[in-house]
Amino acid sequence: MAQQIKMHLLVCGGTGCRASESDQIQASLEHELKVHGLENEAKVVTTGCFGFCEKGPIVKVIPDNTFYVQVKPGDAREIVEEHVIKGRKVERLLYTDPENKEHVADSKHMGFYRKQIRIALRNCGFIDPENVDEYLARDGYQALGKVLSEMTPEDAIKIIKDSGLRGRGGGGFPTGLKWEITRKSVAEKKYVVCNADEGDPGAFMDRSILEGDPHVVLEAMAICGFAIGADAGLIYIRAEYPLAIKRLKIAIDQARNYGLLGNDILGTGFNFDIELRYGAGAFVCGEETALIHSMEGSRGEPTFKPPFPSVEGYLGKPTNVNNVETFANIPPIINKGSEWFAAIGTARAKGTKVFALAGKINNVGLIEVPMGTTLREVIFEIGGGIKDGKKFKAVQTGGPSGGCLTEKHLDIPIEYDTLIAAGSMMGSGGMIVMDEDDCMVSVAKYYLDFTVEESCGKCSPCRIGNKRLHEILETITKGQGTMEDLSKLKNLSHVIKDTSLCGLGQTSPNPVLSTMENFWDEYISHVVDKKCTSGVCKSLMRYVIIPENCIGCMACARNCPVNCITGERKQVHFIDQDTCIKCGTCLEKCKFNAIAII
Amino acid sequence: METIKLTIDKKLVEVEKGTTILQAAKKIGINIPTLCYMNLGDMNIENKPGGCRVCVVELEGRRNLAPACATDCAEGMVIHTHSIRVLNARKTVVQLILSDHPFDCLICAKSGNCELQSLAHKLGIREIPYQGEQSTYRKDTSPAIIRDVDKCIMCRRCEVMCNEVQTVGVLSAINRGFHAVVAPAFEMNLDHSVCTYCGQCVNVCPTGALTEVDHTNQLINDLADPEKTVIVQTAPAVRAALGEEFGLEAGTLVTGKMASALRELGFDYVFDTDFAADLTIMEEGTELLDRLSKHLAGDKEVKLPILTSCCPAWVKFFEHNYPEMKDIPSTARSPQQMFGSIAKTYFADKIGVDRKKLIVVSIMPCVAKKYECSRDEFKVDGNPDVDYSISTRELAGLIKRANIDFLSLPDEDFDHPMGESTGAAVIFGTTGGVIEAAVRTAYEVYTGKTLKKVDFEELRGLEGLRSATIDFDGLKLNIGIAHGLGNARKLLDEIKAGKSMYHAIEIMACPGGCIGGGGQPYIHGDSSIIKARHKAIYAEDEGKTLRKSHENPDIIKLYEEFLGKPLGEKAHHLLHTHYFDRKKEIFID
Repeated sequence: MAQQIKMHLLVCGGTGCRASESDQIQASLEHELKVHGLENEAKVVTTGCFGFCEKGPIVKVIPDNTFYVQVKPGDAREIVEEHVIKGRKVERLLYTDPENKEHVADSKHMGFYRKQIRIALRNCGFIDPENVDEYLARDGYQALGKVLSEMTPEDAIKIIKDSGLRGRGGGGFPTGLKWEITRKSVAEKKYVVCNADEGDPGAFMDRSILEGDPHVVLEAMAICGFAIGADAGLIYIRAEYPLAIKRLKIAIDQARNYGLLGNDILGTGFNFDIELRYGAGAFVCGEETALIHSMEGSRGEPTFKPPFPSVEGYLGKPTNVNNVETFANIPPIINKGSEWFAAIGTARAKGTKVFALAGKINNVGLIEVPMGTTLREVIFEIGGGIKDGKKFKAVQTGGPSGGCLTEKHLDIPIEYDTLIAAGSMMGSGGMIVMDEDDCMVSVAKYYLDFTVEESCGKCSPCRIGNKRLHEILETITKGQGTMEDLSKLKNLSHVIKDTSLCGLGQTSPNPVLSTMENFWDEYISHVVDKKCTSGVCKSLMRYVIIPENCIGCMACARNCPVNCITGERKQVHFIDQDTCIKCGTCLEKCKFNAIAII
Repeated sequence: METIKLTIDKKLVEVEKGTTILQAAKKIGINIPTLCYMNLGDMNIENKPGGCRVCVVELEGRRNLAPACATDCAEGMVIHTHSIRVLNARKTVVQLILSDHPFDCLICAKSGNCELQSLAHKLGIREIPYQGEQSTYRKDTSPAIIRDVDKCIMCRRCEVMCNEVQTVGVLSAINRGFHAVVAPAFEMNLDHSVCTYCGQCVNVCPTGALTEVDHTNQLINDLADPEKTVIVQTAPAVRAALGEEFGLEAGTLVTGKMASALRELGFDYVFDTDFAADLTIMEEGTELLDRLSKHLAGDKEVKLPILTSCCPAWVKFFEHNYPEMKDIPSTARSPQQMFGSIAKTYFADKIGVDRKKLIVVSIMPCVAKKYECSRDEFKVDGNPDVDYSISTRELAGLIKRANIDFLSLPDEDFDHPMGESTGAAVIFGTTGGVIEAAVRTAYEVYTGKTLKKVDFEELRGLEGLRSATIDFDGLKLNIGIAHGLGNARKLLDEIKAGKSMYHAIEIMACPGGCIGGGGQPYIHGDSSIIKARHKAIYAEDEGKTLRKSHENPDIIKLYEEFLGKPLGEKAHHLLHTHYFDRKKEIFID
């Protein structure tokens, strides 16, 4: 019996929503549909990430585009009984506009989505990533067919070059040019590698694309293979992405079954197949030479370029390495043409960029905006501003390799070059927002902590220099820093940037330099005044008794775990600063507001 | 050849395409300091990981500094090698390295020979502004090599020697970030690993991270002990290199001065390993002819080729890697061990000293010899045939410590009876020498004719893998030669696959043979020194009256008085050995 599906219930199956029981929501919805005998009329579909992770788990009802937020498994009955059966929206599950407090049913009217243009993410949250037919229904593999049947490899490269697409992994190298160089390298074997070793703290762009739309990457890799003259593709993916791996495996199998991968693709005589290679989660393996060494089974550490991978890469053969998001742009460019793509964005940066918004921002999630969108638009319109009405302080773009940008940078358009000029970088798209409660010295220390951990240790400035940078920052946050330490920080940062072998070391001091540049006062107050104005650095905090308020009740002294508070009953108490561990118990126990932090 | 013009420190230079900035600068007399970089051009060995970042230079138009060792010249480049930016970066990088390096320079085994020390001196470093955590690894002591990883600067030179040149694969970078060092896998002990103790890592280590086990203090005590008779043997390659330690030009032979110095040090008898090398030829040569004639007679049990067995690192290498082929190498012990065995029997009897009171010391260009003499099969009731071995470097140190003015010493001869040797024994010191010595004797014994010319040029050279066919009066003898264990592996794999037919093969673990041994004076990247030693060895051979082992009168006498005949029962007992399957011997603590 042919199914008469009238309604689709899309349930987010991204890692974030999964962690909030979206798989149970899906099961409950299916159960309720069955109970009501509707399994042939409405269908539950697991999709990739919708992006609005702040409000997840998300359930979207098609065709009326109703967007339910923060759904729980227990809401399934109501959705089915009210929405599916009676056609009435479940108001309490709709998004509330923070400004006018009205319910918004359709996502396109939400601030979060209004300014977004989705190219790389166009299928995420729309199709079932485990079903190739759904990808095909969205023009899937049409670009591959077009390239194989209507174009020469040079034609395909020209379209990518003309589109102005630049690498989305960090460096921003022109993608078409990279393809062209690899095409021109003469060898009997070449490789297409997809870099899915996303490792920035807080970044999940690539993971979401792979989880939500795995076929787009496979299709793009095959197009790239045709363009450069390769018949083998490898996806280097970190083993910590089990869901993405699972979906990629399913997608590869399905594509092979449909003759979209393997030998004689679409009867054109073109052969191309893809295998997965797992990374152990080393950040440095995002650097392409380190990635290639890791795939070869060697120590994951970079080697100097040239030779570039496009000339001498995996197993010594010409290898084209692009990241996931870059590949996700390829099929739409082929389908819609280079002019269409080049019309989006700015003069020097075309198309869109996906960002993972995180930190002290109202709308944490995954967004895709045209190049040239300002930081203000991203943070305050799409991101909904700072959490709890606090004051914006800084935004870190480019992950640990980037820098902290401030209020004065909010109106610069986001592009590769403007961000570099401002002392940060595009990176792969991590964006962490900080508010007035964040101590910028601690922020720099946090990023250095990450780099020290992730350095491969091959070159001396990165191996030892970053360690020393971190130690100096540690000294400063402990209140033991000197002005000399600040000049050491500066010199060391410049030397590390100037002398390190790979991008990791060449950028790792950026958080230090940019916070010193933009928040010099904070460094001075840590070093000279021995104060952390944000109240983050414990060593710099002092709990003191306000004599006027202290009645000598002894509550603080009785509860102090290290007995550092002395004083007779009904006498003003005293906190011994040398013994105090800054646990805050006294502040909590005092009923007379007699304890203050200074 | 396509050339490139560029400017370095305002000087115009024209170089061939593919030349690095480092090489181009050198061409016009600008020596950019390096640390991790190593180029042993004459041996075809190069290490340029671009890791230390000491050789950075400023390249106009480039965002960051460029490593001179790993950056190729390009047309029109404008380079500054000592701008303030470069000098500051270079100094800071070395200060960083020093900030994670122990401060025991005054008592470090490498003091005076340490490249990091020299660099700090050259860069005028007087303070280390960056202080913090220091690496703390345990010291790992093996029978031959000591690892003190706290001094490892991740130059990776040892890794190149161990993996690419020797294909032993023990040393590689482990851990990440600040904790990254070069060490055996899982930081296991060297003596639990497949390390052959070839010592090539020690030879190239720029710091004191890899050094040999020191036996000099034990020697000083033994020499001072009136109860003990202390005798010494010196390997052929030592005399071709020892002079370098006293400022003599590489390749200066110091045989006579060395004998004098050893006497001055207080050895009771100064003998020569060359004597035992002649003895080795008698045994190994006879074994070759024995196996060859059986093979020619159609005996299927007899395996060919015969492989030389005088190199202890090579022996340990095949015990670990090719145990299934352990019946192919000659059973003849190495000259060091033959010497010890004869010294503690024949010679001890002659002078009426109990073997336990007779201390046999060897001076070797090698660190693996320290391990070899500690092997159980070379002991009698726990007493080793050779008590211990000291390296060429250690001997030089001892001579200096004893206030001996080496350069003004007279040339003296070795003592008898174990000091007489032929030119055939001398050439044991270089690649191709052992097999040439064997050919000289085997030819005459096999054909019954006297050689018109004893020089077999076709067996000489420094290429890693060589082969030649020698005409034994109609019998064409195919000879293979490999030095460097990587080359040995290639040859063994060919043999295993039945791809090559050799009758005899000489294998030496170290590139160049013993002249390039792990115990020789440091060459600090100047591989022309190895070439000079190579020449010196053949010069010594040419200067000898006797040039064939079987003509050594003291060897003839030894057989007459004591051993009987080569491969005889006594010879079998004292001069031959057996090998072990060490495939499963590796274990992780």
